[in-house]
Amino acid sequence: MTTVSSYQEPEAQGAERRPDDVMADDVIRVMAPDGTVIDDIGIDDETAVALYQAMLRTRIVDDRAVTLQRQGRIGFHIGSLGEEASIIGSAFALRDQDWIFPCYREFGAALLRGLSMQTYMDNLYGNANDIVKGRQMPDHWCDREHRIASVSSPIGTQITNAVGFAWAAALKNDPLAVLVYFGDGATSSNEFHNGLNFAGVNATPTVFLCRNNGWAISVPTDKQTASESFAAKGVAYGVPAVRVDGNDVFAVLKVTRDALTRASAGEGPTLIEAITYRLSGHSTSDDPTRYRPEGEAEAWEQRDPLLRMRRYLAERVNWGDAEQASAEQAIHHEVKAAIEVSENTPKPALETLFEGVYAEMPWHLREQQAELLAGTRAPGHGE
Amino acid sequence: MSTTTMRYREAIRSAIDEEMVRDKNVFLMGEEVGHYQGAYKVSEGLLEKFGENRVIDTPIAECGFAGIGIGAAMTGLRPVIEFMTWNFSAVAFDQILNNAAKMRQMSGGQFNVPIVFRGPNASARQVGSQHSHAMEHFYAHIPGLKVVAPATPADAKGLLKTAIRDNNPVIFLESETLYTFKGEVPDEPDYTVPFGKGRVAREGKDCTIISWSRLLQVSLQAAETLAADGIDVEVIDLRSLRPLDEDLLIASIEKTHRAVVAYEGWPYGGVGAEIVDRLQRLAFDELDAPVLRVCNLDVPMPYNAALEQQVIPQANRIIDAVRQVSYRQ
Ligand SMILES: Cc1ncc(C[n+]2csc(CCOP(=O)(O)OP(=O)(O)O)c2C)c(N)n1
Ligand SMILES: [Mg+2]
Repeated sequence: MTTVSSYQEPEAQGAERRPDDVMADDVIRVMAPDGTVIDDIGIDDETAVALYQAMLRTRIVDDRAVTLQRQGRIGFHIGSLGEEASIIGSAFALRDQDWIFPCYREFGAALLRGLSMQTYMDNLYGNANDIVKGRQMPDHWCDREHRIASVSSPIGTQITNAVGFAWAAALKNDPLAVLVYFGDGATSSNEFHNGLNFAGVNATPTVFLCRNNGWAISVPTDKQTASESFAAKGVAYGVPAVRVDGNDVFAVLKVTRDALTRASAGEGPTLIEAITYRLSGHSTSDDPTRYRPEGEAEAWEQRDPLLRMRRYLAERVNWGDAEQASAEQAIHHEVKAAIEVSENTPKPALETLFEGVYAEMPWHLREQQAELLAGTRAPGHGE
Repeated sequence: MSTTTMRYREAIRSAIDEEMVRDKNVFLMGEEVGHYQGAYKVSEGLLEKFGENRVIDTPIAECGFAGIGIGAAMTGLRPVIEFMTWNFSAVAFDQILNNAAKMRQMSGGQFNVPIVFRGPNASARQVGSQHSHAMEHFYAHIPGLKVVAPATPADAKGLLKTAIRDNNPVIFLESETLYTFKGEVPDEPDYTVPFGKGRVAREGKDCTIISWSRLLQVSLQAAETLAADGIDVEVIDLRSLRPLDEDLLIASIEKTHRAVVAYEGWPYGGVGAEIVDRLQRLAFDELDAPVLRVCNLDVPMPYNAALEQQVIPQANRIIDAVRQVSYRQ
């Protein structure tokens, strides 16, 4: 269990204005890093606790997943340490009918929307119950029931898909909006520009959420763009854009709600730049100490979105060590139970390899399937 | 000829390094090739040695830096463009297909594009359906491109040096699972391996296995097992997929009269089908059995380890195919 400390403003990191200068004047903030509210947006205590619980759940799952990978029990994990407020705040703002087109760090949003812990864990294991049937890497899930599209590995490609989805829904008078997540690095992709341009021209109900977490693997934001901000890129496409303190869950919730209001009023897309920080490596395959300037992560730890909420809740609802301990315990329990089940679930059946390639299985795949089931089996690595 | 033991990745690095020393027009560009030293450490030390004008980190925009490389090549520079993996070249495909491959032809010969695109290709152990593509089959289809896929450190070095000196766009396919593979590499500074020349990696008389890149190593294992069974297999390492060493293939078929092509990639079309076409056309009278292909199952790559191994060709599938063409089930 972590105990909450009081906030200390970190030392300024260099004089130059970087695209991730979260303290700049135009960055929307509702709650200061010390947990005091600057701008009361009318969030009741119950909602505040729910937001915090969702962030805490995300963080604990993340932590367990990293451990599982280190222990060799799963192959890979890509998490959201430090970015929980950007993810939970925005997903929380969605109405039931709205859709998410995820990047790859948003499992917290999926859990919030109703993806079960068991289903998520089965995806990490790529087992027979994996919702994507062991076909994609861990954290590459898809959950249509909860209106979440598939994670897609090539950077930025989900952005135009999200715009097309929103555009088509509007054509069909379906009153939904689409929230699409991507990173700062993805703003260099073709798809980012194509997506914003089409959305601007056609006023599609799309909310573009750029998680500016300071890094694209080892590439810092100032090597990704010479713009003063990522939000600035909206201007050229006629897409209103805001910068928000991505570690302030209330502020992210507010700007996403505003964007959804615009979208549902037919006023078109919004680009949100949530300024946050990737406190972990890029994924379990990466060691950030090799390229991250000393002291940078430590400064951002001071702005930890969970600590900020705990300071707030301590004031508002007397959230103390006892509440924290019992909340953590409940989540640990849930995660542990899910891991146990996932670990004891067999691998996907061999015949599933051939399913879903086409709507109907063609004769040649049926033939390959029969051959594989009858013939010699390859030795699996690690088994 | 003196040699040094090198890993595959070191051989690639030394080819880039030597060519950058030899010709100031050569530069390296790609995602994380500089400060990070390359996603797979191929470019380790090159930024320090050559500076930021010649080792260039790019934003995540493959289509962008492929096009920028082509533009630079049109001025006479010799870019070496690294794709973090060949999978991500898909978003740059138009630049490679329409500008790199065709610039010379469609400009009536007014421009050369002496560019090398390189990076790891095909499966890499559990990277799932979007990260495991064998891209040679797409690129070898395109007139104007040369496509090479070394299986050993010596060939990695020799072919890359040839690629950088070549006046055409070259697709250079590495393998993540070969990066740590060790071999002897000639020390001679002008050591190169010509395009369009395969090599006999193992001599034999009963059947020919034709392969390249990582599957060459798997084919050699299969040949060992078959030898113990009394089938003496010849293994050909193609090295160069376009141009293709027809003469070597025919000469081997004239000796063994049977062939199996083993590679990563899907069964429909592709380099394997091209080879089978040539063998049946050019050596029909020499063949004692239909030529078989051992390649991926016709599905996107699964993530699950056990399933992945079923999709990728394994030694046992190659052995089965050799037995089949030898009528020795
Ligand atoms: C087209 C393409 N090129 C390269 C990659 C390799 N890659 C995976 S994640 C990543 C960095 C993405 O950074 P950013 O968009 O900032 O998102 P973050 O990981 O920081 O959330 C890169 C280069 C890829 N997946 N797709
Ligand atoms: Mg980022």
